[in-house]
Amino acid sequence: MSQVSFKYAGAREYAIRDVNFSAGPREYVLLVGPSGCGKSTLLRVLNGLIPHFYSGEFKGEARVAGLDVSRTPTHVLARHVGMVFQDPENQLFLSSVEREIAFGLENMGLPRREVRRRVEEVVRLFELEELRYRAPYELSGGQQQRVAIASVMALEPEILVMDEPTANLDPASALEILSLVAELVEERGILAIVVEHRLEIALQYATRLVVMDAGRLVADGDPREMLEKVGNLVGWPPVVRAYELLKSWGLRMPGPPLTPEEFVNSFLKEVKLSGCSGSG
Amino acid sequence: MDAVVVDRVFFSYDEVPVLKGVSLRVRLGEVLAIMGENGAGKTTLIRHFNGLLKPKRGRVLVFGVDTREVSVAQLSRKVGIVFQNPDHQLFAESVEKEVEFALRNMDYPEEGVKERVEQVLRLLDLEKYRSRSPYSLSVGERKRLTIAAILSYDPDVLVLDEPTAGQDFINKMRIKGLIESLKAQRKAVVIVTHDVEFAAQTADRVVLMVSGEIVCEGPAREILTAPELVMKSRLSMPQIAYSALLLRRRGVALPDTPMLPDELCSELIKLVRQNVA
Repeated sequence: MSQVSFKYAGAREYAIRDVNFSAGPREYVLLVGPSGCGKSTLLRVLNGLIPHFYSGEFKGEARVAGLDVSRTPTHVLARHVGMVFQDPENQLFLSSVEREIAFGLENMGLPRREVRRRVEEVVRLFELEELRYRAPYELSGGQQQRVAIASVMALEPEILVMDEPTANLDPASALEILSLVAELVEERGILAIVVEHRLEIALQYATRLVVMDAGRLVADGDPREMLEKVGNLVGWPPVVRAYELLKSWGLRMPGPPLTPEEFVNSFLKEVKLSGCSGSG
Repeated sequence: MDAVVVDRVFFSYDEVPVLKGVSLRVRLGEVLAIMGENGAGKTTLIRHFNGLLKPKRGRVLVFGVDTREVSVAQLSRKVGIVFQNPDHQLFAESVEKEVEFALRNMDYPEEGVKERVEQVLRLLDLEKYRSRSPYSLSVGERKRLTIAAILSYDPDVLVLDEPTAGQDFINKMRIKGLIESLKAQRKAVVIVTHDVEFAAQTADRVVLMVSGEIVCEGPAREILTAPELVMKSRLSMPQIAYSALLLRRRGVALPDTPMLPDELCSELIKLVRQNVA
């Protein structure tokens, strides 16, 4: 995106302003910021809903998978950008998991053999063998979200965009979903852009942290380096808070830590307590 | 007197058992967190608190009165419930009217309505949206609006289903502050939440549910720092409690079970100073 701004019809202010952003394969971008900072608007540019469905004033240039967003119809962009939302129930509507996965592929006009091949592949990849004949509404929230990602990934997009995918999930399911996405980034080389409020569960997987405030990108880079700048905006996870507290009391540690393991390791590396093992 | 007493309650939807003999007390002046995986029966349980659901067996008492003997309208004055999905609760044409409606519905003195609306909209940072349609707000804002509407008529028991879902850091802190002030006013606050960090910061007592049963109950610190309990209910430990567990495994003699950053850090600093001396 270069110099992208958008103002919704009837709004006084720009929802996003002069956004410059580029990301490529094998990146896990965590996008955070206060409510109303423009995150959802940014995501809508990525899949072409802006400028095609939302009227307003669009400025700048956005290219997704090499395609100019303002000149490419959304159904073409959809093959390159998969979207997963907070509430999988709104995304799943067919009678079985298998039908759900096949639906998007049939819509793309793929031959039946190819549809079957891809369904088999994602069923295996996402470990859905036992769920394939069940109706999505019977599944737990975590399973539904897994099916939503599977049906999006069946289309083989290069980019996976997720808007608060774990907001309604229990912590164990939330971690399963976010680590599944990390695997897709590593093994399939996709670009993942994930919006999440709970840094304590999302941060550990991110290769890059992007922070928005009032329609602008205010930080973009290595998660550790960005974190120290933006605590007041997005809140530090507890281990980062602990790290900052120790630092303010004069204890220098390498960091900040993204997980409890990292916090403990760097604490014990720095401080040699008698009777404690230095390595984990 | 206990605000709500749940006494060996069984409940099923079409023969499918959802609550299997649940007993629980909700006390005034306390923040109680009900936690557990999706589908454990948490939402079904809180729907019993204002009589929206009646037990198939067992009973629920609200300030000593059996919920089968009074109307939901009467119970709602005492027990306000903010459901997980705000859209099930909103219907007015503007933010302001939504709160006004709640007040009038509860027979709030007419001359006080305007002022009370102002108060709660300010409390939840919604003044700037007063004339907007609730449906034009984000999920997080709509959630805060349902909290405002319920809070306006001042029930003694406030039940919040997933209050932090979709809330950013600043609003989460705002909701935390609100819960603390309700507790200081000797209200009973019940939160249903997956957010272990939020529970660690706000809850006095935690109840864990697994498939329709309460598997354990106790002070938040006791429950949230016990690895087996947390695993069994598909939660995760608060980051600080988990860090403390890892430190102990590596031989660090932490005397207490810290759950919050300042608790852990003051213990660590103490250890470092002893070590130096």
